[in-house]
Amino acid sequence: MSEKDEKATISPALAAEVLAEFEKDWRKELRRSMPVKERMKAGRRPMPQRAAGERNKDFSEVNLGLTAEEAVAEARRCLDCAKPGCIAGCPVRIDIPSFIKLVEKGEFQAAAAKVREANSLPAVCGRVCPQETQCEESCNLRKASGVAVGIGNLERFVSDYERRAGGAAVPRLPPSSVHKVAVVGAGPAGLTVAGELARLGHKVTIFEALHDAGGVLVYGIPEFRLPKSILVAEVEYLERLGVELRLNFIVGKTATIDDLRAEGYEVFFIGSGAGLPNFMKIPGENLVGVYSANEYLTRVNLMRAYDFPRYDTPVFTGRRAAVIGGGNVAMDSVRSAKRLGAERAVIIYRRSRTEMPARVEEVHHAEEEGIEFHFLTVPTRYIGDEHGRVRAMECLRMELGEPDASGRRRPVPVAGSEFITEVDLVVVAIGQSPNPLIPETTPGLSVGKWGTIDVDWATMATSLPDVYAGGDIVRGGATVILAMGDARTAAAAMDRRLKNGPAG
Amino acid sequence: MPRVVRRERLAPNIHMLEVEAPEIARKCLPGQFIIVMPDARGERIPLTIADWDRERGTVTSVFLAVGTSTRKLALLNAGDAVPIFAGPLGRPSDTGLFGTVLCAGGCFGIAAIHPLARAFKKSGNRVVVLVDVKADYLFYWKDRLEAIADDLVISSRDGLYGGTDFVPGSVGAVLAREKIDRVVAVGCTYFMSSVAEATRPSGIRTLVSLNPIMVDGTGMCGACRVTVDGRTKFACVDGPDFDGHLVDWAELYMRRKSYFDDEIRSLCAWEEERFP
Repeated sequence: MSEKDEKATISPALAAEVLAEFEKDWRKELRRSMPVKERMKAGRRPMPQRAAGERNKDFSEVNLGLTAEEAVAEARRCLDCAKPGCIAGCPVRIDIPSFIKLVEKGEFQAAAAKVREANSLPAVCGRVCPQETQCEESCNLRKASGVAVGIGNLERFVSDYERRAGGAAVPRLPPSSVHKVAVVGAGPAGLTVAGELARLGHKVTIFEALHDAGGVLVYGIPEFRLPKSILVAEVEYLERLGVELRLNFIVGKTATIDDLRAEGYEVFFIGSGAGLPNFMKIPGENLVGVYSANEYLTRVNLMRAYDFPRYDTPVFTGRRAAVIGGGNVAMDSVRSAKRLGAERAVIIYRRSRTEMPARVEEVHHAEEEGIEFHFLTVPTRYIGDEHGRVRAMECLRMELGEPDASGRRRPVPVAGSEFITEVDLVVVAIGQSPNPLIPETTPGLSVGKWGTIDVDWATMATSLPDVYAGGDIVRGGATVILAMGDARTAAAAMDRRLKNGPAG
Repeated sequence: MPRVVRRERLAPNIHMLEVEAPEIARKCLPGQFIIVMPDARGERIPLTIADWDRERGTVTSVFLAVGTSTRKLALLNAGDAVPIFAGPLGRPSDTGLFGTVLCAGGCFGIAAIHPLARAFKKSGNRVVVLVDVKADYLFYWKDRLEAIADDLVISSRDGLYGGTDFVPGSVGAVLAREKIDRVVAVGCTYFMSSVAEATRPSGIRTLVSLNPIMVDGTGMCGACRVTVDGRTKFACVDGPDFDGHLVDWAELYMRRKSYFDDEIRSLCAWEEERFP
């Protein structure tokens, strides 16, 4: 187990808080109000969603959200365990049973506030977290009956309820501190650090290179999975907490960390995220019509190419689209291609279905929407026409061999299995390397072999004094929620540093 | 939001845009670029920085009005807001002491070589500036370049400046006349590849400032990939300067033209909306 995974236990302080909530009278009463056997009998409430044949033609959201009645019914399924597994399964350590029991009681606003204590972006996480491998995997009900409580669906419900009711109330802020904090990057990690430190009274400025806040939430994850209005509301909430947002400001270029230090910023958080997209280094990858997923999704989402020519940025709408990869980014790309009019939109993945890293729900939605899956297949070259546009790809079949370092069975090529298939749009979604701008322009910042910033996982401190980092810039490529977990760890350490001085 | 200080037509279809951007003005160096978006619906486009004033806090770019977003830029006037003006991006050019440097510029590149020539001169080089224009009315910033250059060579088709040589001939003439230690070229892809081909036989190190299509411009999307010496490079963070003798020019031409049809559609849609 690597150091970064060792956080899968909860701190004694948090355990004590959770226990105190568990022992409150209203919780005891609620537990007594319905026998465990009855709670276990009810099936999980399915997430209502738009019909596949309708939704795969537009960019409106797929999932519709639980109704209040459905949410309460789902909340009743939670056994309110004395030893809940779910909290340790959550990278930001939401007191999950407490918020769910507030839902069961019908106190939706209070439930949302409970989530917000640990999670600055609940409406986002309720939509994009891989709950089935986190909180819901550790759910005791799942262990007992096979089907976990719909924790993610409930998180989404309470945060949507809160937003529709006028948004989260700004908590009473402590007297404003004199400390200036610089956060680099307005992605999930940066927004989380900003929220945490603003709530503690510090003056936080987020520097964002792009023209909208959100990082991967705005350039990467499509509207049909995470509507931009949700993100806008979360960012507005941070602004109400006093966070200043400076867009179009590229730390490392417009100003370096040292420049900001000279301007009076005392502590720094680097959450500059994903950088250069990876390619397979096979012939034809620079043909016109072969995109990195970052470029394809940025055109479609951030630049709104789905509304071309009302927006000026174009994107190719393939007739036959192939997306290389099996993660969430691949699913987002292939489903976008389908929505933009591809007759056939295909996933090409080198391993088998069980090894796909994408969220189960995304794979399921993609299948419903008519996406084809070609497992155990890798592209070996792309073939262009006389204008340099991709028109076909050559692929090779694989079979599964011995397990590799990740524990997954390594795909091995099947000799002579090459075949050529017609494609006119290819999206390569096989990950990215960390963004080089800050490591390159920050002398003394220790960087690992793959360009990731080295940190002490207990505090997320980098090799430079007062500089912390988290998210993809330290992990290389991970999830929104892991970035947010890093951010919470960093924010706590940064607050200690500001209050206690360098010894903190 | 940054504001336009001055927008001026320098030659038919070529405009200069001076924008209030004190942070960028403080930091920028020759060879870097900015990403600009003319309005909230525009494209993010990279423009080479042509000049700056650190005291007034302004940054100047010169561009060719060709697509929708650059046409929108060409309609801006002093006082107008530019929603996005971000930078300075890319690695600065190496403007050290080499001996005699040939700075070649064409089209918008006439302005882009201006800060390079100035920096080379400051480093103690002899600076030969070569400007390529089809006709004399396309030549702008003559006074600025004359003030810097030890020798200003004008390659033009209309004969008003002497010969009617094309770029390769003009570069060849300079190389025949004196020993050149380094060449930099900025302009359209055809211009830069022509300069690189003209210097290839002599082997003089020739740096070109590549201008592939970009989207974010900060090392995230990979739209700007170019093949140099057989390897894929990202122009926004690895460049924009590359060895002109090692660039895969055919691929760059092809990728530059990716959206030709869409660009026309976009222009038509915008013209209908803007000039009904």
